[in-house]
Amino acid sequence: MAESIPATPELAHDEHGHHEQSFASKYLFSTDHKMIAKQYLFTGIAMALIGGFFAYAFRMQLAFPGMDIPFFGVVSPGEYNSLITNHGTIMIFWVAMPIILAAFGNLVIPLMIGCDDMVFPKINRLSYQIFLLSALVLISSFFVEGGGFGGSWVAYPPLSSEPQYNLTPLGSSLWIGAVGLEFVAFLLGGINFITTTMNSRAPGMKMNDIPIVVWMIVIASVLFMASVGPLLAGAIMLLFDQNLGTAFYDPTRGGDPVLWQHLFWFFGHPEVYVVFLPPLGMVADIITTFARKKLFAYRTVLYTVFGTGVLSFTVWAHHQFISGIDPRMANIFTVTTLLISIPIAELMFVYIATLYGGRISLTTPMLWALSFIAEFLIGGVTGIFLGASGADVYFHDTYFVLAHFHYTFFPIAIIGFYMGVTYWFPKMFGKMMSDFWGKVHFWGTIIPFNMIFIPLFVLGTAGQHRRIYDYSHFPELMTPGMQDMRVFATMSLLVMLAFQLVFLINFVNGMIRGPKAEKNPWKANSLEWTTESPPPHGNWPPSEMPTVYRGPYEYSVPGREKDYWPQNEPT
Amino acid sequence: MIESLVPAGSSYAGEIDLLVNMILWIVGFWFVLCEVVFFWLIFRFRKKEGVPGQYISGEEKSQKRWITIPHVLVLVCDIFILVGAIWVWYDIKQDLPPAQAEVRIISQQWAWTFVHEGADGEIGTADDITTINELTVQVDTLYHYKLESLDVIHDFSVPVWRLKQDAIPGRLITGWFEPTLTGSFDIQCAELCGVGHALMGGTVHVKNAADYASWVAENSTMSLASAATPHAGGE
Repeated sequence: MAESIPATPELAHDEHGHHEQSFASKYLFSTDHKMIAKQYLFTGIAMALIGGFFAYAFRMQLAFPGMDIPFFGVVSPGEYNSLITNHGTIMIFWVAMPIILAAFGNLVIPLMIGCDDMVFPKINRLSYQIFLLSALVLISSFFVEGGGFGGSWVAYPPLSSEPQYNLTPLGSSLWIGAVGLEFVAFLLGGINFITTTMNSRAPGMKMNDIPIVVWMIVIASVLFMASVGPLLAGAIMLLFDQNLGTAFYDPTRGGDPVLWQHLFWFFGHPEVYVVFLPPLGMVADIITTFARKKLFAYRTVLYTVFGTGVLSFTVWAHHQFISGIDPRMANIFTVTTLLISIPIAELMFVYIATLYGGRISLTTPMLWALSFIAEFLIGGVTGIFLGASGADVYFHDTYFVLAHFHYTFFPIAIIGFYMGVTYWFPKMFGKMMSDFWGKVHFWGTIIPFNMIFIPLFVLGTAGQHRRIYDYSHFPELMTPGMQDMRVFATMSLLVMLAFQLVFLINFVNGMIRGPKAEKNPWKANSLEWTTESPPPHGNWPPSEMPTVYRGPYEYSVPGREKDYWPQNEPT
Repeated sequence: MIESLVPAGSSYAGEIDLLVNMILWIVGFWFVLCEVVFFWLIFRFRKKEGVPGQYISGEEKSQKRWITIPHVLVLVCDIFILVGAIWVWYDIKQDLPPAQAEVRIISQQWAWTFVHEGADGEIGTADDITTINELTVQVDTLYHYKLESLDVIHDFSVPVWRLKQDAIPGRLITGWFEPTLTGSFDIQCAELCGVGHALMGGTVHVKNAADYASWVAENSTMSLASAATPHAGGE
């Protein structure tokens, strides 16, 4: 595998050599991986604004039930269900997936392994186009008669399959259709990520010289491709149940609603790792750069991640402990679930150990990368309560679960996005963002984030169950103290949302007026920093395609004048 | 950590609370340890002029043990948690101790129907007491419940009892509980069941033997008197 085959230039660039490109071919129908990365990034940001707005609307309803909410109006119970359902769906499938996996995967894979583009650039373009279509289908579902789908992002039938139960005949079909299209888009993208990394590495780049973030994206793509098939079939069956009168999930006609739960979570749990691994990889590359340290035990990290990937296929039914499955099955899934804590703990130890003996500068990307570790630890340890079947009997479907997975998904989708963008911004746009305003935004995000979700842990422990529009039918949950906590969480959310404006301004301002970025502003080792910022079409001039001599983490090597040693510098 | 917010009102609530507290101490220890070491390293190895970074591969045995020893300790902790989790789970969900009484729970969009035994101590007879959203049980009595759903998935949840069980349309699910605390407590539906999900609350009244007997006497006579009309005997 050490031998590498460069992507054939005529395949990648047959239709847009170096002549002037029209606006459409440069921005809309581009096959350049860097442009497709930006398309995914901007679409993902737009969807994040929608998902964030939904969170604002339903949090306001929870804090002030029945209030006429500014920019939204009064939330009806049906609208509330649709808001929470689509908040979850958007944040996972239309924000975390396009930004974390597709945007950064497209941006960094060819640049970090030293090739000119993806192996299948047209499939790459098709992947984005299908993704965009899926986003438009989802958005259209909010405006059809009956409103958007409100059966929660897990969409358990018969609620999701029978219009007389969910009251959103069109919304639920469009929702499942959009999710299905989105899966197809990322299947196509995943083919490219895996094939490109395996076949197009720069001469000399061995398996152990691949930056961890690239490895993680490749493993994430494998997990996605291996787990999504059953759910795609399940989604089609759901669509048939909704529209063609089949009865795959209808118990009155021989179907089984629990079948969907197995198909959903067989995908749903690996999906967590699909979006978790890429930011975990970014952390490795960012902390080594800003700690000027070699990654602690590179090969251990790799084997641990392989192990996590395999184990992630064996834990799905821990979402279903009390769903009526045979209770003996819960024991098996408790064992596998607790086992998966071992590789994840190992990864955390490795990252913490990497800091030892470093020379740490707390730049904005470094702050994000470090906060990922600090916050994810909370998400990790609270998961143990839920994976332990005996304790899950109480915690299932409470806000404890909700707070737990926001402590994993917020680091994944939001911290992952900010650390990636602040780190690779110079390479993407050729300009620098303001470090000062970056730090203001960091603290203005990370402090309110904890202030939102710590009260929700307490509420969940007190028995507050999820997806409730108004708690007035539950006297035990309507104490003044509990309502105060709901208000506090909502206020913290408003503060956090307000600070996102700081980022948007800094981001746009950096793109337009930021100082010009040099080739290697962070003095990092990996190959993307050896070309211009932004890289030209084809990434390097054909005569300067890089050759690799060492791994990406050779920082502070004794006896060298500089504390970094780029991968392409001859010995 | 639960018992400080929600009273323990069933025979197995204490087991769950004990398990949760054990997990809290174990993961709390690791969490605090990791965060302390993490922040200390960031502080200790801040960039200083003239102090270069160290070159540590982490591949040598003497270095690797800094992660392998904690790793083995985590495994040991996992085994403790596993044994506790399966033990508690077995007691609550897998084992079915002999019943002293029985109750049927029927869920639908968006109400609970409870069928209690009448004075004859049997379900399915004319003196059954059927109520909507109000469950009445006798303290220190081991009940079997038979849970079903008429439409979508619901979940019968009583936080003070630490009891949760999904109701699946097309299945009859049997489980048990033994209330130990008298009083009135919330019943929740803990699985999204449509636009009326927030309306699907209820109350469980746990009565002592004397109060329960008079409640049964009062209501089963009413059931018998109006046996022909549905939903009689409710409050």
